[in-house]
Amino acid sequence: MIEVKKLRKSFDGRTVLHDIDATFYTGKTNLIIGQSGSGKTVLVKSLVGLLRPDKGEILFDGRNLLTMTSQEVKELRKEIGMLFQGSALFDSETVLGNVMFPLTMFTSMSRAEMLDRAMFCIERVNLKGAENKYPSEISGGMQKRVAIARAIALNPKYLFCDEPNSGLDPKTSIVIDELLSDITHEYGITTVINTHDMNSVLGIGENIIFINKGHREWVGDMSQIYTTSNEALNDFVFATRLFQDVRAYVAKHGKI
Amino acid sequence: MILTNSLANFGRYCMFLTRTFSIPDRWSVFGKRTIQEVSKLGIDSIPLVIIISLFIGAVCTIQMQLNVSSPLIPSYSVGLATREIILLEFSNSILCLILAGKVGSNIASEIGTMRVTEQIDALEIMGVNSANYLTLPKIVAFVFFMPVLSVLCMGTAFIGGWCVAAFTDIIPVSRYVYGLQTMFTEWYVWYGLIKSLVFAFLIASISSYCGYYVKGGALQVGKASTDAVVSSSIFILLFDVILTKLLLQ
Repeated sequence: MIEVKKLRKSFDGRTVLHDIDATFYTGKTNLIIGQSGSGKTVLVKSLVGLLRPDKGEILFDGRNLLTMTSQEVKELRKEIGMLFQGSALFDSETVLGNVMFPLTMFTSMSRAEMLDRAMFCIERVNLKGAENKYPSEISGGMQKRVAIARAIALNPKYLFCDEPNSGLDPKTSIVIDELLSDITHEYGITTVINTHDMNSVLGIGENIIFINKGHREWVGDMSQIYTTSNEALNDFVFATRLFQDVRAYVAKHGKI
Repeated sequence: MILTNSLANFGRYCMFLTRTFSIPDRWSVFGKRTIQEVSKLGIDSIPLVIIISLFIGAVCTIQMQLNVSSPLIPSYSVGLATREIILLEFSNSILCLILAGKVGSNIASEIGTMRVTEQIDALEIMGVNSANYLTLPKIVAFVFFMPVLSVLCMGTAFIGGWCVAAFTDIIPVSRYVYGLQTMFTEWYVWYGLIKSLVFAFLIASISSYCGYYVKGGALQVGKASTDAVVSSSIFILLFDVILTKLLLQ
């Protein structure tokens, strides 16, 4: 479980996160949602230690990231997997090389054991046969799956995903969402996903935190999101043309 | 403002070097990466070094002959002067200025692209010291291989001069070779090699620093690449003066 308490972050005097409180549960897909520029990415980058918050606490199962020594942070990071918006695969390595990278750096496995583990992760994300291809030779969706395979190679306790569906078509987005949800439940990982994709919210959102202008506005799950009275969240949820049409139809006819 | 920025950059460069010169997470990975960098930064530069050295050696010989065509100056002085130019300046300072363009921009653009595509963030998240992992093999490989390039440059430039003597009639080959050998000071070779080591360190570390702290996108990577070449060149010239003063006087 990850707990965030009174987290504040400013850039050049402009406060981007205002005393955020949040809890991310183990074995659940925890979603951070909000409009572009609302502070979602800053929150995720603060959670993984890429940005240093001005104040607050970030507790990884009771261990405060902000008071750890650099050695403790290094050890904690071995328990963290991250999926970046642009996948962040190493161009010079093949798919297999990318997945094997954390194993090479942080385990004392033999090469055969590393190969076994890497191939298991590659098969887990349905990429068998692509292991010798370079990132530039595979599609965006496949790159995301390679990044997921790399992120789970060390059996992480915490998995962070920064807009995993950006740049993907709706069908591929659903594949990625289902994969993340399955992995979360299968391995009991604390997964934190930063997204503004409503398909993800309605499909895998077990614990949803809505951030608006740097404030935590709402917390709930996907079944509660339709019935919320929070105006900002309603604006966000019903921002797509399809939802707006449905909403207008229901307002006019009383039901669909 | 310029002074403040320069001091801030120097401080950040020192902190960057502190992170770079820490113990690698895995020696085997470090060794493998260093060998790859020797190939990429060193061996791949050999054709460029040979071509440039050959022509500059030839040009030096021709120009020396044109400028010392006096009955009072012995003809072997053409070879002697060519040798001194090659050993004292060309095989280290000028060669490194040229390599700052090739190697410096290569390093800065590679690391800069890794920064803007979040590959460096990915390394950090995994708990890898990214400065050490990316930069140390480059610095070690280039500093290790630079003397090889420098010696190659000396030899090829002398061959360039010999070709002029052999295939034209401006100076007899025997006089040119005698000029190369006469009044030889061994220290000049060591002086050139010491300078090339320092310059190689400057090129690799400054270029890595410029790439590592890129913010933005492709435009900034291009700017970092240019900054790497310009900054490396300026510091090569500055240290050329300092080392010449220290080592030759």
